[in-house]
Amino acid sequence: MNTHRTPQEQPDSFAFDSASEAEIVTVLAKYPEERKASAVMPLLYIAQRQMGRETGSAWVPVAAMDEIARRLEMAAIRVYEVASFYTMFNTKPVGRYHLQVCTTTPCWLRGSDDVVAACKRATGIAGFGETSADGQFTLTQVECLGACSNAPILQVDDDFYEDMDGPRTVALIDALRKGERPPAGPTINRCGSAPEGGRKTLMDSVHSISENK
Amino acid sequence: MLQDKDRIFTNLYGQDDWRLEGARKRGDWQNTAEILAKGRDAIVAEMKASGLRGRGGAGFPTGLKWSFMPKKSDGRPHYLVINGDESEPGTCKDREVLRHEPHKLIESALIASFAMGAHAAYIYVRGEFFNEAVHLQTAVDEAYAAGLIGKNASGSGWDFDFFIHRGAGAYICGEETALLESLEGKKGQPRMKPPFPAGAGLYGCPTTVNNVESIAVTSTILRRGAAWFVGLGRPNNAGSKLMAISGHVNTPCVFEEELGVPLKEIIEKHGGGVRGGWDNLLAVIPGGCSVPVLPKSVCETVLMDYDSLRAERSGLGTGCMIVMDKSTDIIEAIARFSRFFKHESCGQCTPCREGTGWMMRMMDRMVQGRAELDEIDLLEQVTRQVEGHTICALGDAAAWPIQGLIRHFRPEMEERIRQYKAAHGGTGLVQVPASGVPVAAE
Repeated sequence: MNTHRTPQEQPDSFAFDSASEAEIVTVLAKYPEERKASAVMPLLYIAQRQMGRETGSAWVPVAAMDEIARRLEMAAIRVYEVASFYTMFNTKPVGRYHLQVCTTTPCWLRGSDDVVAACKRATGIAGFGETSADGQFTLTQVECLGACSNAPILQVDDDFYEDMDGPRTVALIDALRKGERPPAGPTINRCGSAPEGGRKTLMDSVHSISENK
Repeated sequence: MLQDKDRIFTNLYGQDDWRLEGARKRGDWQNTAEILAKGRDAIVAEMKASGLRGRGGAGFPTGLKWSFMPKKSDGRPHYLVINGDESEPGTCKDREVLRHEPHKLIESALIASFAMGAHAAYIYVRGEFFNEAVHLQTAVDEAYAAGLIGKNASGSGWDFDFFIHRGAGAYICGEETALLESLEGKKGQPRMKPPFPAGAGLYGCPTTVNNVESIAVTSTILRRGAAWFVGLGRPNNAGSKLMAISGHVNTPCVFEEELGVPLKEIIEKHGGGVRGGWDNLLAVIPGGCSVPVLPKSVCETVLMDYDSLRAERSGLGTGCMIVMDKSTDIIEAIARFSRFFKHESCGQCTPCREGTGWMMRMMDRMVQGRAELDEIDLLEQVTRQVEGHTICALGDAAAWPIQGLIRHFRPEMEERIRQYKAAHGGTGLVQVPASGVPVAAE
C-alpha cells in the first residue's frame, strides 16, 4: 500500500494535444463502447507522456485526471483512486530522467546496493523519491522488474539497463546528462537473457517445428 | 535433460528474427486453420491429454480450466484473458515470450480462444514491460495485416481480435480477479470467488485467465501432439517449462527445461554452477519468492517439478529460482520479501493489510537481532493468522517465505538475537521500538 500526497502546485487546466487524441482513438477501439472505463489506465499513460513532451516532467496533474473522468464518463474519484493505486502513474512532478532501481532480493543479491549508491553519487540525490537539484533526475526505489536473470536492473523511463554495477551506472548517468541515450539491454557480453559468454541451448539457430514431427 | 529438437521456444534469446517472417520460419502460423478445423472439443481434449499444468504458479491443469467455459454462449461474449503481469520476484520468463516469441503467443491465443468460444483475447502486460509490449503490438499489427487474426482469422471462418492492455506497477494484478478488475478500469483488488471467472469474469462474461506461457505452448502441443508433450517430464508433471536462474550463480539465465530434472543438475548446467562451487550453496528459492526456501541438503536431491517440490513443502511456482550462496544474509533476503509484500498488499483484507506490516517490522528486527527468542514463535503465529484468511493468495505468499525461513534457518535467527544481546549488554528484554508498538497500517 502506498500513501499519496497530491502536490499543492497544480496546473489549472489540461487538454490533450493532437498526438494524444490520435492515441486515444486507438485505445478506445479496444474496449466495448459501454465499457470505456477500461481505458482509464491507457489514458493516464497518454496524459503522463504528453506532460513529459510538453514540460519535460512526465506526471499526471489532477486537471488531467478530471479531463479523463469527463471523457470516460466516470466519477472523478474513480480516476483519482486508479492514479494513486498504481505506482507507475506519477502524481507529482519528476525529473526529465526517471531512474528506477530495483532493490528486491534477486537484484539485491547481485549488487543493487552498488547501483543505488552510484545513482546517488552521480546525481547528488540523497534519498529515494527525490529529484536532483538541476531537475534532471528523480530516483525511485521499485519492486521486482521481472528481469531477474539480468539483475541488477536500472530502469530509466521505459528502458531496462541490465547487468548493472556501480561504474556502469555512473557512466550511464553521465551519458544521459549529455543528452545521449545509450542502447537499453544487457551492459555485459550476453544476448538477452542467455548466459553470459554464449548460449548453452538452441545451438542450431532456426528450428522448424514441422521438420521435427 | 531437454534436447534442442524438443524445445518449444526456439527464439528464446532473440537470436533470430522475432517478427512474422522469422516466426513463420520457425513453424508458427503454419496451417493454423487445420488445427482449428479439428473443432473445439478435440482441441480441449488434446490439451487435457497433454497434461499441461498452468505455468503461472498454481499448476492447475490448463485443459480442464478451458473445459469449465460454457459450451454455448447465453448471449454474453466469451473472453480469453492472458496474464502477462509477471511480477513475482525471481521470475522473468514471460518477458522472453513477449519480446522474442510474440507470434507463438498470438497464434496460440487464437487457438485457445476458438476452443473456448471467445472472439476476443486481452493480454494484460505489466506496465514496466514497455518495450516488450511494443514488440507484441508490432506482431499483432503484422498478424492483422496478414489476415492471420481479425475477421476470418487465418481463413478458419473464426473472427478473432487480440488486444494489449498495459498494467501500471501493481503486483497484485497478477492475481486473476484483480487483473480483471484492473482491466475494467478499477483498482486491482481481488474479487471474492465464486463466481469464478468462467461464470462471470471480464465485464461479467465467461472468461478464462491463463498465464502467457500456458497459452504460448498451445500451438506447439497441438502440432506435435499430446503424446509428445506427455513424453517429456514425469507423470503428472508433463512437458517442458521455461525456467530462470538468478542470484549467486556464475551465469544467470532463462532457459527451457524438462520438468523432473534434478535441481542440482539445472544449476550446474544452465547456471554454470554456484558462485564459488556447489559447497558454497546456502539455499535456493525454487519458484519465485512466494514459495518457501530450500536449504542445501534438500537441493542436493530434489527434482524440479510440481510434485517433488510440493513433497519438500515448497513449490515449483513459476519455475524461476533464486540461488543464494553462503555470503548471503538469509534473514535479510527474506526480510526484503516481507517489505515487498507490505508494499504490494492491495489493502482490501485486514489480515493482509495489517499482517504484512507486522511481519515486515518483525522481520526487520530479526535482521538486526533486536528481538526475543520466543518472538520467533510469535512471528510464526502471525504468519499463520494471515495465511488462509484473505480473499486472494497474497497473504499466503507473504507468510510462506517467513515460515520457510523459520523451518530451515531458525538456529541462524536465534544466533543473531544472541549476538545482538551480547553486543548491547545483557540478557534482559530488548527494547521495543521507541515509538511504541505500531498498531495501524502506515
